[in-house]
Amino acid sequence: MAFAAFSSNKPAPNAAPMKSGKIVLALLLPGLLYLAMFFMVPLASLLVTSLESPDPSGAIGQYVYAVDFSSYGNVISRYFPQILRSFGYAFAATFFALVISYPLAYFIGVRLRTRPLIQKLTLTLVIAPFFISFLLRTIAWKQILSDNSPTLTFLRSIHLLGDNQFFLGTPFAVIWGLTYNFIPFMTLPLYTSLERLDLRYLEAAGDLYANPAQVFRKITLPLTMPGVISGTLLTFIPITGDYVNASRDFLGSSQTSMIGNMVQADFLQNSDYPSASALSAILMGVILLLVTVYVRRTGTEDLL
Amino acid sequence: MAKEFVPAGADLELRGIRKEFPGFTAIENLDLQIPAGEFFALLGPSGCGKTTTLRIIAGLEEPTSGQVMLGGQDVTFTKPHERPVNTVFQSYALFPHMSILENVAFGLRRRKIENPIPKAMDALNLVELGYAAERRPQQLSGGQQQRVALARALVNRPSLLLLDEPLGALDLKLRRQMQIELKAIQMEVGLTFLHVTHDQEEAMDMADTVAVMHKGRIEQMGAPEALYERPKTAFVAKFLGQSNIFVGQAVESSANSLAIEIAGTKLSVPKHRAEKQSGKIALGVRPEKAFFHHEAPATSPDLNILGPGEIKDIRFTGVSNQYLIEIPNVGDLIVFAQNVGMSPVAELGQQVWVSFKVEHTFGLSDLPAGDED
Repeated sequence: MAFAAFSSNKPAPNAAPMKSGKIVLALLLPGLLYLAMFFMVPLASLLVTSLESPDPSGAIGQYVYAVDFSSYGNVISRYFPQILRSFGYAFAATFFALVISYPLAYFIGVRLRTRPLIQKLTLTLVIAPFFISFLLRTIAWKQILSDNSPTLTFLRSIHLLGDNQFFLGTPFAVIWGLTYNFIPFMTLPLYTSLERLDLRYLEAAGDLYANPAQVFRKITLPLTMPGVISGTLLTFIPITGDYVNASRDFLGSSQTSMIGNMVQADFLQNSDYPSASALSAILMGVILLLVTVYVRRTGTEDLL
Repeated sequence: MAKEFVPAGADLELRGIRKEFPGFTAIENLDLQIPAGEFFALLGPSGCGKTTTLRIIAGLEEPTSGQVMLGGQDVTFTKPHERPVNTVFQSYALFPHMSILENVAFGLRRRKIENPIPKAMDALNLVELGYAAERRPQQLSGGQQQRVALARALVNRPSLLLLDEPLGALDLKLRRQMQIELKAIQMEVGLTFLHVTHDQEEAMDMADTVAVMHKGRIEQMGAPEALYERPKTAFVAKFLGQSNIFVGQAVESSANSLAIEIAGTKLSVPKHRAEKQSGKIALGVRPEKAFFHHEAPATSPDLNILGPGEIKDIRFTGVSNQYLIEIPNVGDLIVFAQNVGMSPVAELGQQVWVSFKVEHTFGLSDLPAGDED
């Protein structure tokens, strides 16, 4: 869906004429099989599980097939704060990632055009963190932000932080971690858009009495909107379901848990499979709804 | 309609403009004055510095040294969006995410001018594209886009309108039509136009004054007729139309004429048409002012005669035939003969003499490349 923005903003006007149905089918088959096995089947299984009801015998972790929607009501009332928090954190982290990534992508994609070597190098630097597991990187942040770390000691010594204040386990730390981990997913699509931006439009706008701020608002930003949309989607969607940063083993605490942490707990600790499945289905539904509204509002339906 | 545009062109003056890029100098010490309301063409081959000159005037480049004066004010370091100058770009650069109408209204909106939409609509009507107002640039043809670019610039009533080879991408017929329209619009609105082009016919056809630019300098400037009839340098003689050029030593000088000798023949030029009076001199004549004869013509003090030579090539171009005549020790000459009912008048390989009037001969200030001392 969103990946379409990487290649082109426009769908091909006409598909090639059908030369041979059999060959087309043969070429499509691996992809279709893959989708069926690893997307449709698990999705169906998830939805079926979400409708199961507890075993009449009362055995923990045992469920029987049913069409029981009570899990949905249950999880919404039980996990409402986590659901709200997930979307709140996702909005904040996506916003910060965009604010940090746009200037970065502009610098690499526009300013460094005349120096291709440095351009490629800086782009590599953006991707470089991927060479290290994101679990390790998040643990590194845990150390940097931990209560007795040199960072906090320093901040306390200059009285920027009070003696009773700390980072770890606060929403601040979680949003910080989410923003950090997803910046490359924002920067890369923005870079692709900005790198293709025809600077002659910017010159023409300047020639037509637009000051630099107006040039950005009226020309640069609208023309790079496909990059903004795919960047925000590529960060917002996974952030909403993230269960690493907010976990108490990493940057969060029980006060920062998100939907992902609840799904994890219900599946792996409480053996409450219908609740976990219902929560996953709700997460998926809400994201789908938000993304549809977003894409409609920004007028980039081509992406869907 | 025309009342929408107040004739408010401003004088443009370039003083000692110099522009250096890493590794080369694009413009060397350029001085130029364009009076208000004039259609001025800057003509030159690609890489001669004409587009750089235009970008300096638009404010898109800063000169290394020198001044840009517009209407008596120094605008050298004024930002492009603060200059009363608009440009019709070679690529048109129409904003793809806006309708045609919004493209044209863009400059008006930025300057917070009242009623931008009706004014933009008027400008679109001026270029006869009112019906396409709601379309996107991608939906228009090259010629239509060019007219939109023109309307988008004109609607702002700039003191100076810069045209950067705007007709370059059009086919011949459309180009011809746009040349006529452009000239008509300029007469109607009375703005100062600076047109940069490498097309000499376009420049001569449209401009009041043409400046021929070569290697970052202006070689010659003047009315198109003057430039064509009296080119002063070998570059202008060859770039603006075609020329036959003969190089020889000055041998005779009388009160009003000067003669050089080439391959034993004397060629004369009126003194007032010669830039250089002694030494090695290059003389020239336009191909349509030269004639060929099957017999040696009678000598006359008003006539320069060369020959005999051999016709090496004949090209039929419709209105005329172009003959390539090789004269031993002199070189190749081109002669145009109009097709007025008796074509062809000579056969390939025939022996002919070439004559042209002394008064049509011009003397150059320099020598063509390859003939320098």
